[in-house]
Amino acid sequence: MAHVDAPRTMLGKIWDEHEILRHPSGPSLLYIDRDMIHEGSFHAFADLKRRGLKPRRPKQIFGVADHYVPTLGRTSRDAASPAIAHMIDTFDENMEWGGVRHFGLSSRSQGIVHVVAPEQGITLPGLTIVCSDSHTSTQGALGAIAFGIGQSENAHVLATQTLWQLRPKTMRVTIDGTLGQGVTAKDVMLALIARIGAAGAGGHAIEFTGRVVRDMSIEGRLTLCNMSIEAAARFGMVAPDETTFHYVRGRKFAPNEQEWDAAVSHWRQLVSDDDAEFDREVAMDGAGIAPMVTWGTSPEDAISIEGRVPDPDSFESADKRKAAAKSLEYMELSPGTQLSGLKLDKVFIGSCTNSRIEDLRAAASILKGRKATISAIVVPGSTQVKEQAEAEGIAALFREAGFEWRDSGCSMCAAMNGDVVGPGERCASTSNRNFVGRQGPGARTHLVSPAMAAAAAISGCLTDVRRI
Amino acid sequence: MMKAFTRETSTVTIIPGVNCDTDQIIPGRFLKADRAEGYGQFLFHDIRRTDDQALDPSFPLNQPGGDRATILLVEDNFGCGSSREGAVYALVDHGIRALIGPSFGDIFFNNALKNGLVPVRLSAEHCERLAEHLARFPDAEVTVDLAASELILPGNLGHHPIVIDAFARECILQGLDEIEMTFTYLDKIKAFESNRMASHAWLAR
Ligand code: SF4
Repeated sequence: MAHVDAPRTMLGKIWDEHEILRHPSGPSLLYIDRDMIHEGSFHAFADLKRRGLKPRRPKQIFGVADHYVPTLGRTSRDAASPAIAHMIDTFDENMEWGGVRHFGLSSRSQGIVHVVAPEQGITLPGLTIVCSDSHTSTQGALGAIAFGIGQSENAHVLATQTLWQLRPKTMRVTIDGTLGQGVTAKDVMLALIARIGAAGAGGHAIEFTGRVVRDMSIEGRLTLCNMSIEAAARFGMVAPDETTFHYVRGRKFAPNEQEWDAAVSHWRQLVSDDDAEFDREVAMDGAGIAPMVTWGTSPEDAISIEGRVPDPDSFESADKRKAAAKSLEYMELSPGTQLSGLKLDKVFIGSCTNSRIEDLRAAASILKGRKATISAIVVPGSTQVKEQAEAEGIAALFREAGFEWRDSGCSMCAAMNGDVVGPGERCASTSNRNFVGRQGPGARTHLVSPAMAAAAAISGCLTDVRRI
Repeated sequence: MMKAFTRETSTVTIIPGVNCDTDQIIPGRFLKADRAEGYGQFLFHDIRRTDDQALDPSFPLNQPGGDRATILLVEDNFGCGSSREGAVYALVDHGIRALIGPSFGDIFFNNALKNGLVPVRLSAEHCERLAEHLARFPDAEVTVDLAASELILPGNLGHHPIVIDAFARECILQGLDEIEMTFTYLDKIKAFESNRMASHAWLAR
């Protein structure tokens, strides 16, 4: 264990608190506080059954159906195909078999796992949280170690409530200044990834700090940490503070009122010591960030909405020149094209990046009194977000603007449930990945913030939200 | 389901492209499949085919001999993106035993090790030299000798250390079952757990 008196980072403190032992050959056996399960976990359950094992600590496991769920209707019969319905039914069966508490399709607590976990108080400061989904990094926004794992590791957690892990290096990303009007957490992340690259934080845990982050709501912090995996970071984290405690208090699986003060005083001690050293430092000026949009097929292919499609020859490395040329061919774009004004076919507002209430509010505020001119859908991140948006009148604003108002799930982010962008169609999307074929074979994705997506729906093309 | 790995010698197929994400290795729509059906058929499904679903003759795996290699040479940040272990299943079920590249997505790297697929990190410069060599000598063979922690490149490209943490290396050399191994520490896990629950009763309510 690290010397207790030496200054430590938040990562170091939470890690030390969860280290059961360290193997002589390097990795720590980490205690895992909570594991989140979704439909894709059927491989892990098959593994357990083959071994004759059951989840060892079912109360620390939570299931939620999200990747395959229909967004028009709330039973597996509404699924896009029998094979997809089977995924949803298998999930319910596995949860029952394992004695795991779960929020199935018809539950009022259902939603995208990384939206639901903070909402239910499953995600809390100081915890280790895993889920067999790469965007588990989202949940580090509350001051936790949260990371995505594969199904073999998931089976390991279910069976032992532990994981063997090598401690990552640390990277501090400091975002100072203030964000300009129309600039959001999504734009900050796209700007960061454009700068350090899609492999830029490989092997590192990012801690986000600086005035912009301190001033940010939990929703915004969740967006930051969500996309840290797109920079290849192992974890994304934000130190817990008053904003965090206020957000967490009273949530279902959080400490109760009798336990509260002790929990908070412990959480306060978890922040990085002033003189703690990070392996890498990156600083950004919030004021210098514009609303961003991607032009290629990697999240690092992001530029200001005021920019033009770059010339592949302008990149330094031969690999990047090749990749950019291939991206432009797939995206059917030519160098020098102005991004603002680029015609679109679809708009998707949703995903664990940008489907929380604040995201929907931001999009709806742009739509007030206006009409979408292209096909546009909103998929709230959770059933609770959906109900809240309906109560606040936001759903009505979307509907009046001609948006489809759907039930919650991953939907068009990964196109596993049958909601797809058609071949050759161009979509402004609030999700996190513009990979080739991610939103459907041949689909072309431009990543943007919710406000930018709303602006795009109105004008039918990529649009600078500040000019609306 | 770990297959032990000690040493593998094979020709090498080059998979081009930086940031080759797991959506390219296996598109999301195939992840519903039962593993028993074999995932090899889904490997690089969309990028190895043309729009009309025919195999694209220009994709390296589709070229003569391209399918024979059990070792792939890949570019920077291979396996980034989604945590889907299906990407590793597709490679393994296709018969791939090792990958060589400058860097790999972290979750993909771990998933590979759990399935006996060995990802070898090699500097971008050496990867480039290997690619150049293979362009001239497509039948050249590479050896991944995990037992000796050594990557043996053809021609005069030399021997290079394989850097994988000792723990994972040991597991993969012996084809060790990690869950069973961890169970040998169950007493320690339980002691730790009861301690943690004493101060965090709400964790398991
Ligand atoms: S919304 Fe998208 S990124 Fe998030 S968990 Fe679902 S599929 Fe993954």
